[in-house]
Amino acid sequence: MSEYFWLIPLFPAASSFILVIFGRWLPKKYVSVQAPLAVLLSFIFGLASFLKIYPRGLGHEAAGLSKTLFSWIHSGSFQIDFTFWFDQLTAVMVLVVSGVGFIIHVYSIGYMAEDRSYTRYFSLLNLFTFAMLLLVMAGNMVLMFVGWEGVGLCSYLLIGFWFERPSAASAGKKAFIVNRIGDAAFLLGLFFLLFNFKTASFPEINRALTDGRISSSLATLIALLFFAGATGKSAQIPLYVWLPDAMEGPTPVSALIHAATMVTAGVYMVSRLNVLYSYSGIAAEVVAIIGALTAVYAGTIALTQFDIKRVLAYSTISQIGYMFLGCGVGAFAAGMFHLYTHAFFKSLLFLAAGSVMHALSGELDMRRMGGLKKHLPITYSTFLIGAITIAGVPFFSGFFSKDAILTQCYAQGKYFLWLLGLTGAIITAFYMFRLIFLTFHGQERFSAEIRHHLHESPPVMTIPLIILAFFSIIAGYIGLPVVFGHDLNFFERFLEPVIIRAYETHLSLGIEWLLIIISSVIAFVGIFLAYVFYLKSPHLPHQLASRFPGVYRLLFNKYYVDEIYNILFVKPLVKGSEMVYYNFDLPIIDGAVNGSAKTVSFFGRILSLVQSGLIRDYALVFILGVAIILGLILF
Amino acid sequence: MSPVAFFILSLLLFTLGALAFLFKRDLITQFMAIEIMLNAANLALVAGAKTWASLDSQVVVFFVITVAAAEAAVGLAIILLIYRQKKNIRSEEINLLKG
Repeated sequence: MSEYFWLIPLFPAASSFILVIFGRWLPKKYVSVQAPLAVLLSFIFGLASFLKIYPRGLGHEAAGLSKTLFSWIHSGSFQIDFTFWFDQLTAVMVLVVSGVGFIIHVYSIGYMAEDRSYTRYFSLLNLFTFAMLLLVMAGNMVLMFVGWEGVGLCSYLLIGFWFERPSAASAGKKAFIVNRIGDAAFLLGLFFLLFNFKTASFPEINRALTDGRISSSLATLIALLFFAGATGKSAQIPLYVWLPDAMEGPTPVSALIHAATMVTAGVYMVSRLNVLYSYSGIAAEVVAIIGALTAVYAGTIALTQFDIKRVLAYSTISQIGYMFLGCGVGAFAAGMFHLYTHAFFKSLLFLAAGSVMHALSGELDMRRMGGLKKHLPITYSTFLIGAITIAGVPFFSGFFSKDAILTQCYAQGKYFLWLLGLTGAIITAFYMFRLIFLTFHGQERFSAEIRHHLHESPPVMTIPLIILAFFSIIAGYIGLPVVFGHDLNFFERFLEPVIIRAYETHLSLGIEWLLIIISSVIAFVGIFLAYVFYLKSPHLPHQLASRFPGVYRLLFNKYYVDEIYNILFVKPLVKGSEMVYYNFDLPIIDGAVNGSAKTVSFFGRILSLVQSGLIRDYALVFILGVAIILGLILF
Repeated sequence: MSPVAFFILSLLLFTLGALAFLFKRDLITQFMAIEIMLNAANLALVAGAKTWASLDSQVVVFFVITVAAAEAAVGLAIILLIYRQKKNIRSEEINLLKG
């Protein structure tokens, strides 16, 4: 089965194609089976391919499956093949994308059941899965860029899925445009890469770097340009602004695209190019700093938001910041590990939030929730597991992955980044439990009408929640830290063939224990603070807000970044375009075109006076003409 | 008889035809004026054949007569259709091609 690994992305592609072409004649029940089944097939093939390379992965052999379907771009000695690639890093991503993707497809059957555009939804979700699998299985940067743009397109289409709502349409547009800015940088990086490396395939890029053919300043330039692309796709400072707005899309889309898979594509890309980023110290430093800053920054915004999905969106931005922090300090495996655990607990949180919305007839504002614990027992318990996991409570998966990153920061001597990471962790624990307490505990603040409709979601939605909750708990046990034993980090050992380890970390066991205890304590402190603020004495947040009105307003309005971008970029662009439109387009371009048309029609009108339509006039001219010509010939 | 007389007659006939075509307003009359001009041309051709003892221009006369017959059929059909449409055949009222 593993020799057919290149079929993995083609199942969802075929399914999407069928749904697009024949969708309108297909019954809903059939669509509900076909779309998830295609992703399940991808998962099964992915699993088979994973088992094939697993034994080799634990050794030191760099081996992967590779299949060249055809030669794609060929010019002189320069060649780019349409190659699918399946190595250890791909295996992790394929299993996450198709596994979590399948669960979310199933959940969507329940969540989208009432929607008019049911088939369109699943065709897009399938198309997204295809593009994402193409992205992670691409054997070279150019093919990866195809997938990279493909997921961006699907993200745009799915954010604007309910395009009748102007807010959804403009959110989709915003996501698309902000991503284009990042992609422009990505494309520039790609050009530099192709021009200087003469190749785009990953093994050859690595070979060129290890051979020392590339100067480190060039590597830095390329790495930074690619990272600028990643800040767009993965919603990091300064291009993160689209992700909170992207919550206009259906909630399962937020879970799949804007939490578990697409937004982590940047992390995958940086990990894929780990040789490049290790080669350039400055680029790695930038990645780490941006990641750490984003982790804290997005967390602080999440503290004051009341929209349940926006809190989760900022939380996603913050968690991706951690992944980049890991990659930046050289712990690519830890970054990927956090990507993998995050896919479970964050999609769990989103799907559970979707279940809450489903129960409350689409309510998003936490100020109109409260006390849902006894009404939605399954949603509550799974949400709680997700929150515990992301908060970093020991022995849940998020704890192990976040701790792996922070330990690495400390081990590299980057104490400032480590402190930022810890700050982010306490903020994370706080806002997640603020969310829990506001939503599920305390007084019921919703209307009687909504209370009347209140119901737990159907099994097709709760079972995916339970599965994801299960994985949120256990997923971390494949990457235990060194304090529990020397060879227990299977995840890191599995990735060893594809991820270089630039340096060994030598921390004494005592310090490792200390770090683990510190981050555990931090998690509990955050949760306890949330408990004090939102359950024990609910008047405290108001007091604090009125005590520091400036800070509160700054956070509540998300640092006014949207407004600043508006003034700095959007307004001047619109103004400039208007200026060009009124001063150049209208008078000069339109003037030239319309002017020539007007000249022609002016002369036409004059000449048309000759056309009287009377036979006699024509005959007269004719006879006179003949007479004149005759006269000229004869005399 | 001098052939010049034939040429002068031909010229007169042609001029009369052309003037009739220009100054008459009735399509049928104008049509007849065309026939006169054609026959004036025929006369000149035949006179030329006699004068220069050549058969070439006589052959042309046959062509002209054939074309004139065809032209008469088509022209009369057009005039008939115009009459059906407009209930008159005054040429100054037919100016559909006015620019």
